[in-house]
Amino acid sequence: MAEKLIGKDISPPDLVAKITGRARYAEDFRPPNLAFLKLLLSPMPHGRVRSVDTSRAERLPGFLGVLRADEVPQREGPREAALTDEPRYEGEPVLGVAAETEEIAAEAIELIEVEFESLPWVVDPLDSLRPGGPNAYLDGNRFTEDGWTDFKWSAEDFDRIDSGEFPESAEGLSEWSKGDTEAAFAESDLILTETVVHQSVTHHPMEPRSNMAYWENGRLHAHVSTQSAQRTKFSLAGQLDMEPEDVVLVAEYCGGGFGSKIAGTNVMILPALMSRKIGRPVMHRVTRYEETSYGRARPGFQGWVRMGFLASGKCNALDLLLVEEGGAYGSGDNGTAGMVADLVYTPRNMRFRAVSPYTNTSPKTAQRGPGGAQIVAMLEPILEKAARELDVDRLAIRRINAPGPDVRFGPRDTALTSVFAKEALDRGAELFDWEAKAALSGTRDGSRVTGVGIGLSPYTAGSRGFDGLLLIRPDGRLYVHQGIGNLGTHSIADTARPAAEVLGLDWDQVEIVWGDTSRGVPRSSVQAGSQTTHAHTRANHAAAIDARDKIRRIAAGALGGSPGQYVLDGGRVSGPGGSMSFAEVATRAVRLGGAFDGSELPENIHATTVPAAASLAGEGLMGVARDEYGGEGSIYSWVAGFAQVEVDHETGAIHLKEYVGVADCGTVLHPRSLGAQVLGGSIQGMGMATLQRWVFDPRYGMPFAKRLYTARPPGMLDVPLDLKWDAVDEPDPQTPVGAKGIGEPPVGAGAAALACAVADAIGGRCLCRTPLTPDLILAELEGRASPFGPLDQHVG
Amino acid sequence: MAIIRDMIPSFDLFQPTELDATLALLAEHGDDAWIIAGGLDSYDWLKDRIKRPTAVVDIGGVAELNGVNDAEGGGLDIGAMTTLTDLVRDRRVGASYALLAEAAGHVATPQIRHQGTIGGNLAQDTRCWYYRSGWPCYRAEGNTCYASSSQSMNREHCIMGRSRCVAVNPSDTAPALIALDAKLTVLREGRGEPKAEIYDAEDFFIGPATDITRMTVMRPGDLLSAIHLPDYWAGATHYYEKVRDRNSWDFSLVTVAAAFKVSDGVIRDARISVNGVAPFPVRATAAERIATDTGGGEAVATEAGEAAVAGARALRHNDFKIPLMRNLVRRAVRSAV
Repeated sequence: MAEKLIGKDISPPDLVAKITGRARYAEDFRPPNLAFLKLLLSPMPHGRVRSVDTSRAERLPGFLGVLRADEVPQREGPREAALTDEPRYEGEPVLGVAAETEEIAAEAIELIEVEFESLPWVVDPLDSLRPGGPNAYLDGNRFTEDGWTDFKWSAEDFDRIDSGEFPESAEGLSEWSKGDTEAAFAESDLILTETVVHQSVTHHPMEPRSNMAYWENGRLHAHVSTQSAQRTKFSLAGQLDMEPEDVVLVAEYCGGGFGSKIAGTNVMILPALMSRKIGRPVMHRVTRYEETSYGRARPGFQGWVRMGFLASGKCNALDLLLVEEGGAYGSGDNGTAGMVADLVYTPRNMRFRAVSPYTNTSPKTAQRGPGGAQIVAMLEPILEKAARELDVDRLAIRRINAPGPDVRFGPRDTALTSVFAKEALDRGAELFDWEAKAALSGTRDGSRVTGVGIGLSPYTAGSRGFDGLLLIRPDGRLYVHQGIGNLGTHSIADTARPAAEVLGLDWDQVEIVWGDTSRGVPRSSVQAGSQTTHAHTRANHAAAIDARDKIRRIAAGALGGSPGQYVLDGGRVSGPGGSMSFAEVATRAVRLGGAFDGSELPENIHATTVPAAASLAGEGLMGVARDEYGGEGSIYSWVAGFAQVEVDHETGAIHLKEYVGVADCGTVLHPRSLGAQVLGGSIQGMGMATLQRWVFDPRYGMPFAKRLYTARPPGMLDVPLDLKWDAVDEPDPQTPVGAKGIGEPPVGAGAAALACAVADAIGGRCLCRTPLTPDLILAELEGRASPFGPLDQHVG
Repeated sequence: MAIIRDMIPSFDLFQPTELDATLALLAEHGDDAWIIAGGLDSYDWLKDRIKRPTAVVDIGGVAELNGVNDAEGGGLDIGAMTTLTDLVRDRRVGASYALLAEAAGHVATPQIRHQGTIGGNLAQDTRCWYYRSGWPCYRAEGNTCYASSSQSMNREHCIMGRSRCVAVNPSDTAPALIALDAKLTVLREGRGEPKAEIYDAEDFFIGPATDITRMTVMRPGDLLSAIHLPDYWAGATHYYEKVRDRNSWDFSLVTVAAAFKVSDGVIRDARISVNGVAPFPVRATAAERIATDTGGGEAVATEAGEAAVAGARALRHNDFKIPLMRNLVRRAVRSAV
C-alpha cells in the first residue's frame, strides 16, 4: 500500500467542535416544547413497591406525567428493566416523572409517596456463598433456564477460607482445566498461594447517560449517549419492539463510555416511552449522582491463586478460583480473566474455577479490559514475587512466560492471529532502561523508597465480517459512511484511512459521515472490546477495493484499455486512454446505474446494510462490500507497561515518577491517537489499582463514593507529564491493513505495572488487593493490622 | 417523601453589598438563612436537597469582606471572602506567612481555589459520608452515629476528640491558621448593633462535645468577617503536609501544619496543628513543648510524634491515622532546624 495516510498524524473531523465546545452531545439538543424526565430511585438495596401515591405530585403546576414499571418492557428472571417495582440495588430506577422543567420534575418526585417493603439483600458475593447466607433474589442466587436455585459452598470450604487457606474443594459454576495441574505442581520448584481481591469500580464517563427522544409521524428520533451508533439503533428498536427503519438515532459525540454504553443504555428507552405518553419531546439529563447510581460498574473479584514455577521462572501450573461479583443482573468477566491468565503465563497446566453470585449492587458490565485488566492486576505482582524468590530478573520472567506465535490458550485451545508481546517487552525495557531502573529498586531518599515494576496485558482487539459503505459523489470527494460510534477514540476517522489509501486520495479529499443513522450507515461492530480498528479498517478496505474496481471499469469503459491498467491518485484515475477526475467518474457512475451507483447491491452484505445503501443509491459511485478477508485465530493486542514509583514509608503515599507503555497492536494507523489510548488506558488502570473506589456500607447495603471526589478517579496531578509510549508496529498478517485495536489492554498494563512497582518499593511485599491506598501500605510498613480483611470487597 | 439528589430547590436569594445589610438580613431570616461564600460546600448540601434554607445570602458582593491588608500594629488582615487563589498569589502572604499560602494551595483544584474563599474553607461542614448522604445521625439531630459501628466505613474518620460523632474537620487552611495563631473575627447582630467577637483560631473550631450540630463557634446569623495574622509569627519557619489519596480534588487523610521560631539552631517557640484526626483541628501542644528549646533532631522529633498521638484511639478502619499523624508531626519537628 502507498502509505500516504497510514501511520501519519491527522486532525480528526470532530476535533475542532470538541475543543471549541460546538460539539452537541445528547443533552444539548432542545427541540421546541421539550419536557424533562427525572427518575425516582430505590432507597434500599432490595425492596418491593407496595404502593405508590402520585396525587400530590400530579397537582404540582408543570407536572406532565408519570411512567411506571408496568409501562416498560419487563422480562422474567434476573434481567434488567428500565423501571422496576422490585429494585435490586440502591439507586435503581423505580418510576419516572415528566414535567415542564427539571426542577418541577424533581419536586414532583419528592411529593410521590412510595411505600417499599424491604427485602433480604447481599452486597458481598462471598456472603451469598456461605451456607445459609443471604441471596440477592428472593428465589435464590443462581439462575439457569430451569429457574432459580440456591448455590452455596460448604461449611468446610468456609472453614478454610476463614482460616486464610485456599478452599481446595469449592465448586465453581464455570470450570475448565488443561494438562495435569496437580502433577505439575508436584514438579514445581516454587508454589505461591495467595488470596487476592480486585475491587469493583464504576465507569465515570465524563458525559453521563443522558438522552432525548421525540416522535414524528410514527418515527422515533432519539439522541443517545452511546459508544456505538448503527448497532445502538437496532438495540433501541429491539427494546421498543419497533421496526428499526422507524428509528432515527443521532449520536455524533459520546463523552466516554468505557464499556458502560456499548449499544446504548438501559434507560435510553425512557424518554421515548414518556414522549409517546405525553406527546412531547422528552429529555432525560442524567446527573453525576444518577450516573453512578444507575450507571454500570466493573465487577470485583475475590479469589485464590496457586501458581507453580520451575527454577527457570517458567510458570508450569496455575490454579485459579475466582468469586466474581454478579451485581443485580449478573456479570461475566471471569471467563476472560481465566483466558487471559492462561495466555500471559502459558502454564500448560491449569485449573480454572469461577462463580459469580448475584449481589444487590449496581449492574456490572464490561469496563475497558473486562476480566483481563483485573486478572493481570492481580497476578502480575505474584509473578514478580516468584521472580524474587527464584532470583530471576523480573523482565526475564515475563519473556520466559509470554506466548509466542504458536500459542494455544484457554479451554478451547484458541490460537492468535499474531503476537508480539516479547517485542513489546523488549521495546519497553529499552525505553524505560529497565536494567538501570531495576538497579534503583529499594534505594532510599529520606523516607521515600524507589520501586519499579512491569505489567504485561493482552486483550481482544478485533472482529471480522462487517460491512463497508462509501460514496464518491459528483463533487469528486470520498464520503465514508461509518456506522460506528464516536466514543472519543478517533476511530471514525482512523478506520476510514485505508479506504482513502486504496483510492489514492489525500486526507483533505475525504469526508466522514457518522453519528446519524438516517444518513445511511452500514452494519457495524459495536464499539467495544477494541474491535473497531480491526473490524472497520477491514470493512472500509473492502468497500474501497469495490469502489476502486468500479472506478477502473468506468475509466476503461470511457477512455479505453483494460481496467487493470488504470491507477488512482489524488482524485484522478489515469491509464492508457487518458485521465478522468473522480467527479467525472461519479457522474458517470450515476448515469450508468446498476452496481456502480448502488442501484444494485451485492448479495453478501448484511440485511441491515441494504436499506442504508439503498437510501444512497444514485448519489454517486458506491463502494459497498462485506469484509470477507477471513482469518484464523483470535485477535489480541498487548501493552507492556513499566512503572517507577517512590513510596513514602512514613505516609504510605505513592508517587509515580515514570511510566512507559509499549503496544503491540499491529500496524500503527494514527500515532497521536494511539498514544492517547496507550497512556489514557494506562492511567485508567493506575487509578483502578491505587485511587478509585466503590464503597458499600456492609450493614445497610448502601453505596458511597457516588461523587467524583469520593470515587477518586485519577487526575493529571497523579501522573508525571512525560509519560512515554511506543508501539512495536508489526502488522497483523491476517488483516489487510495490519491494524488491531488498542482500547483495552493498556488498563491492565498500567494497573499491574503500578501494583508491581509499589510492591517493589515496600520490600517486595505483594498486598494482593486493590485499591492500594496509603492506609493499606502504611499499615503494612508499620507492622500494624491491615485496615481491611484479606477478602474484604467494596472498601478503600 | 421520596429522595432525589442533584437538583437545587428554589429559594430566595439575597445579594447584599454592605456589611450592615448582610447582618440585618441574617438577623431577619434567623435559622432559615444560609450564607453562601464560594458556595462549594453549600451547593453540595443544596443540590442534595438535604439542607433546605429558604433565604440564601450570597456575600460575594460585600467588598469590605474581600482582600488582604496590612494590619494596624503589624501582621495582616485577610477578608473572609478572599479567594484561596488570591491568598496563594498574595506577595505579603507568601513572604511572611508562606504556611498559609501553602495550605491554601493544597485545597482541591485550581477551579475550586478560584471560587473558594478562606472563610468558607474554615467554616465548611464535615464530609462524613453518612452525614453528607442525609442519614439521620447525631450531627443531623438524629440519635445514632452510623460511622462508628464495627462494620462502618470509617477509614477517613477520627482517632481523637470523638463524642458521639466521629467525623473530622476537612479544612486544609484551619491547621495553618492555628499554627500561625490567627485571630478570627465573627460578627453578629446584638440588639441592633453589630457586635464583633474575636476568637483564637484554635477556639473557633468546636467539637461535638460542645455542640454536635456545628463545626465552629458560629451560630445562625453569625458571619466570619476577617482573619488576622499576628506579626509574631511572620517569617516563621514552617512545615505543611497534606496526605491524601489522590493529588488533586481530595480531602486530606491527615494534615500537619507547624510554625517554628528558630534561632541559633534552637527551636524557641513552636505551634503545631493537625487536621483530619478529630472533629476539629487539634493543636499538638505536647509535641510543641517537647520541641521547644531544643535543637530539634530525630530523637526530639520522634518523641514529639509519639506525644502527639498519645490517647489516640482508632475506629474499625482507620488505625493507620495513628502512625500517619505521628509521622507527620515527627516530620514537622524534624524539618524545623
